[in-house]
Amino acid sequence: MCGVCGCGQATVEGRTAHDHHHGHDGHRHHAHGPEGRHAAAERSRILRVERDILGRNDARAASNRAWFAERGVLALNLVSSPGSGKTTLLVRSIADLGDTASIAVIEGDQQTSFDAERIRETGVPAVQVNTGKGCHLDAEMVARAAADLSPGPGGLLFIENVGNLVCPAAFDLGEAHKVVILSVTEGDDKPLKYPDMFHAADLMILNKVDLLPYVSFDMERCVDLARRVHPGLEVLRVSATRGDGLADWYRWILDRRAEAA
Amino acid sequence: MHEMSLTEGILRILETEAERQRFSTVKTVWLDLGVLSHAEPEAMAFCFDAVMKGTLAEGARLEIIRTPGAGWCMACAREIAVGSRFDPCPACGGFQIQITDGEQMRVRELEVA
Repeated sequence: MCGVCGCGQATVEGRTAHDHHHGHDGHRHHAHGPEGRHAAAERSRILRVERDILGRNDARAASNRAWFAERGVLALNLVSSPGSGKTTLLVRSIADLGDTASIAVIEGDQQTSFDAERIRETGVPAVQVNTGKGCHLDAEMVARAAADLSPGPGGLLFIENVGNLVCPAAFDLGEAHKVVILSVTEGDDKPLKYPDMFHAADLMILNKVDLLPYVSFDMERCVDLARRVHPGLEVLRVSATRGDGLADWYRWILDRRAEAA
Repeated sequence: MHEMSLTEGILRILETEAERQRFSTVKTVWLDLGVLSHAEPEAMAFCFDAVMKGTLAEGARLEIIRTPGAGWCMACAREIAVGSRFDPCPACGGFQIQITDGEQMRVRELEVA
């Protein structure tokens, strides 16, 4: 692992998930002495570079997207804060959709394989990616996990991102859509507090609506705020435990899969 | 803090360019960081110093250029300035805005030796 940033700690089910080194071995730690530096200082020049700092991730994401398209696989990137009910929604969706689609799951968490184990208990293949100190999945991790899972034609690949409403917004994984899940126990102002995520998502699922009588959550306000940062954002109201709205969620998925096929 | 990953992205660009354009030391990095981008300038500056330690850009200066946000108001059918994702159109007060600029995170120029 890199002692500076904690990167390189990420594992895909026990194997390292990063093949890049950030040059830690290749860093010119002591390659230049004071004399060399002094000599170099005399001939400095300006270079125009114009390169996106997410360029490498975006290129990998593009190749993931092409791979999914080739196989007719619909990949969905599920993003939310921790505890919104992503895994519960997934387990329920797998139980209800398992007969109509072949499903595979990539689980992202900093530590533990609890979520992948929960998914495997449903009978579908799942790969756990542990990001270590990392706060998001990146396209390289997904490429490796997806290669392991090798989802079949017409299949669904759910990517459950690390619970975090900030960092995963910046990293394209090659998914067809980001789906943001917000539970009614979290507060209706989240779309304005974390606008990047709600801007990046194509669908917002408001989960745990069965708890609405017990919390002060203004559904209309939440939807209004979300559409300020993302005009026209689609919204579904769901309870993954009681079943409200799940039929709409499944229809949304199957419509998108038809587009991907 | 994803700024750490983003800063590692900068280092990879520096290392690639060093090989391609034949230089061994980076003295200054000019970074375009749009006001609507996914990164905080303070966090980028903090991570930059940490990530560049022991590299070809150790001790390099990071110059962050905040590029302004812009959008297209669909109601007014014109370009407007956008300070944040939830700002209304200054003319009509609406939120039907398509972001057109200000999301970039890009290494613009380097001073190298």
